[in-house]
This record gives sequence, structure tokens and C-alpha cells, in this order.
Amino acid sequence: MSILSVENLGKSFGGIRANHDISFDISPGEILGIIGPNGAGKSTLFDLITGYTRADTGKVIFDGNDITRMRPDRISNLGIGRTFQKLKPFADLTLLENVMIGSFARENNIKDARDKALEIIDFVDLIEKRHHFARELSTGQRKRLELARAMATEPKLLLMDEVTGGVDQKTIPGLVALIQKMKASGVTIATIEHNINIIMEVSDHILALDQGQRIAFGRPRDIQNNEKVIDAYLGTVDVA
Amino acid sequence: MSFEIIAQAIVSGLMTGLIYALIAAGLSLIFGLMNIVNFAHGEHLMVSMFASFWLWALLGLDPVFSIPITILLMALCGVLTHYFLIRFILKAKMLIQICATFGLSIFIRALAQFLWTPDFRNVDQPLLEGRIEIANVFIGQPQFFASLVCLAAFVMLYLFVTRTETGLALQATAQDREAAEILGIPSNKMFAIGWGIGLGCVGVAGGMMTNYFFIFTDVGVNFALFAFVAVALGGFGSIIGCLYAGIIIGLVESLGGLLIDPSFKLLYVFAIYLLVVIYKPQGLFGRY
Repeated sequence: MSILSVENLGKSFGGIRANHDISFDISPGEILGIIGPNGAGKSTLFDLITGYTRADTGKVIFDGNDITRMRPDRISNLGIGRTFQKLKPFADLTLLENVMIGSFARENNIKDARDKALEIIDFVDLIEKRHHFARELSTGQRKRLELARAMATEPKLLLMDEVTGGVDQKTIPGLVALIQKMKASGVTIATIEHNINIIMEVSDHILALDQGQRIAFGRPRDIQNNEKVIDAYLGTVDVA
Repeated sequence: MSFEIIAQAIVSGLMTGLIYALIAAGLSLIFGLMNIVNFAHGEHLMVSMFASFWLWALLGLDPVFSIPITILLMALCGVLTHYFLIRFILKAKMLIQICATFGLSIFIRALAQFLWTPDFRNVDQPLLEGRIEIANVFIGQPQFFASLVCLAAFVMLYLFVTRTETGLALQATAQDREAAEILGIPSNKMFAIGWGIGLGCVGVAGGMMTNYFFIFTDVGVNFALFAFVAVALGGFGSIIGCLYAGIIIGLVESLGGLLIDPSFKLLYVFAIYLLVVIYKPQGLFGRY
């Protein structure tokens, strides 16, 4: 039984097919890595799943519910969390307030929401920064903020868009450890990554996209040897 | 010029400034939340004054006692404005949004003239009348009460926005609507609440002003213009900015009138607007 089923999903913007006939499943508790060159349609796929963009064709089934044309806040209530590639912290609120806004999704009074937010901020190792405004945090810290905020809504499925992108090298191991810590806590994860080493390390399955289409889906080892993937993505890495 | 006269001008300026501040706070809240300027803000103020007036004229309720009703009526008016007009233009071009709320202002004013005629009205023998004298400074009782109520409303608004779940959700929606939605916050509901609170603020100010101001269909125009100046000076989207800006405007208006020439009172206020736009376009506390 999969937690998320994507069936023949498609979306065009003008004449461009951002996503075309994409299908895949995620099993509970696993990490799905999503790879593909820039413009392959990875973020569009997340937009379709989370309800920011309406699909032209296909279906998204989450935990037994058809969420294809649902509003983002409803989808969030059902248990999908998300972080953004282009970070979206609430800049003029403190880290604690940012995470509290997430925890209000499940907690109804201020004190409970606050306690839970503090617990999660501790989980992502930012406790000493809790009273800092989000705009004062570094990029790596803001990535942790987004993870904490998404975790606070107690998602069953967390979509992470390039968590390790745009941060300096020494920050990456900590973020990878955090992803694994989140998996260990029982959250199912789909993560978009450009860093092939990380994706091979953390993923149970990998979905490879190119020009809006699924070109491969399988275990990391199989993906590594898949010719289409090597052509579209890994091949360009080798050349570079 | 004696000390008493200057003290008098400062006290009057403070009292009107608090009213300007609260009207501006409603405008700023709505703008900060959804980037839509309510050009019908003055007309909403006029409606709230008429609401308070009719509650007195028809039901014999003094404006002081009808304040909760006026606030609720205006909050309802705000929610309806969102539901029947604003939600359709959220993603529209800015010019369309301007035309929509500007059109609403013309519609409301014309409707008011049609229903209630352009006559000037006032509340006879309100509960609060006359003035008190402290150290040769005269303080109008209704004005004093109005400024206290406005200050209290301001404090409550601030606590609501910064200390409650709904308040934080409003701020989240204002700062990043998409990020707020994926945390389970329905933006349309937040927008409706924002309109309700924004016009609720106007309800407080209008209800209090009914005590000592003439009530007529064009009464909101100047107040709305002052509110725009206050929002620009305080910084778009900043509620605390509105408080400071409203008080500054009140003081400039009364002191300028006293020290230079009262017939140019409006000029001083709008000069502030020009100075802000030229030298500090983000305002005193603005984010933009």
C-alpha cells in the first residue's frame, strides 16, 4: 500500500509541457529521491502534488484521498508538508514564531504550540537561535527553519526541494544527517536533489525526470546504470 | 505666544492623531495582507458614522453604547466586501484592483446620498458633551474619550496580531501566502478576517467621531487622505508605524495651524507625504 500515488500527471504552461504523463508511487517510511536536469519539471511536480498548480490531466492519491484539485491548506491538513527551493521563511517573524505557525496546524493553544515548536527547533539544532528573526539567519539555518516549520505540521509525507542546494559544503553533512533523522522519526520523504552522492546515499527509490517526463524509476543502483539517466543527467556530470 | 496655547495645540493634535492612526491601521492591515489598497476606506468610515447615527436616531442608543454594534456591523461589512468583491480581483492587475475599490467608494457614496440625502446631521445631546479644563488647557470630553478608545483599540489590535494564533496566521499570510498555505492556513479565510478587522478599526473610529463630528456623505474623504499619508509615513504594512504616523500627522496639523496659518492645515500634512515619498519611501517602519 503506497502513501502517495501519482497517476499520469500532466501540466502544460502555454506550449511547454512541464510535466507529461508522470506516474510513480511512494511507500510509507521510505525516501524517494527525485533527480533531473534544470527545467526537468521537478518543482512543478511538487507544485502539482501540493495544490499550488492545478493538474491538466492525471490524479494524485494521498493516503486514500484524491487530492488532485484540492486547496494547498486542505492538502497540508491531510498531512503533506513541503519546503521550497527558493526559501520562503516569514522574514519578519522570529524562528520560534515561524515554527509555531506550523505547529498551530495540530495544536490549538499557544502554550502547546510553543512547546512543540521548541522541541522541533531543538530537533533541527537551532535552539539558541529561537528568538532571532528569520531574516537574520544564514541560508543553511533558514533551510533548517523550513524543515522545522514543515515538521511542526506533523506531515506523513514531506516534500523537500533542494535542501542541500545553495549552502556551503561544510553545512551539507549536517543537513543529510537531519534528513536521515527525520526518516528515522517515521516521516515519508520525497526529496529533489542535484547532488548525486547525497541522492544515492539517502534514497530508497529514485525518480528521474527529463523534459517533463519520467525517464526512469527504481533502486539507486539501477538508476546509476540506466542509459537514459546517464544521457540526460549523469552523463553531463561526467563530461563536466 | 503663550505656553497654554501651544499645550492646547499639542493636546488637540494628539487626540485627533490617535483617530487618524486607527483609521490608517485598518488601511495598512488590509494592504499588508493582500497588497490591495482600499480606496473606499473613507466611505467605510462614513458608513460607520451613519451606522452609529442611525442607531442613535432610530433606537435611541448613544454612540458610546452602540460602539460594539458599530464595530460588529463594520466587521461584517468588511467580510462581505471581501466575499463579494475583493476575492474576485486578488490575482487581477493592479489597475483593476484600484478601479474596483475606487469604484466601490463611488458606489457607496452615491448610494448613501440616494438613501440619506447629502444633508449634514449630528447627534443631539450625546452622553459625552462639553469640555474639561486642566491647567488652562481645554479638553473636549467626547474627543478625549474617543482618543482613549482608539488607543485601547490599538493596543488590542497589536496584541491580537502579535500574540494570538489567528494574528500570527495573519502575519504569516501577509509575509508569504504560499508558505502559509502549505502550513494549513487558508488564505481566503485570512483575507476575510483581515477585511473584518480592518473595517472594525474604522468602526471604532467612526462610532466615536459621531459624538462630535457632523455626519454627511462626504465626511470620509479627508480622513481617508490623511490615512494614506499615515500609512506612507508609517511604512506600508506596519501597524505600529501607523500609530506614530497618525500622532505625527495630528501634531503637524494642529501645531502647523497654530504656528503658521490654520488655512493651510492640509498643506502641512500633504507636505509630509511628499517628503516621505522623496526621502524615505519605505516609511518609518516599512518593509518595502
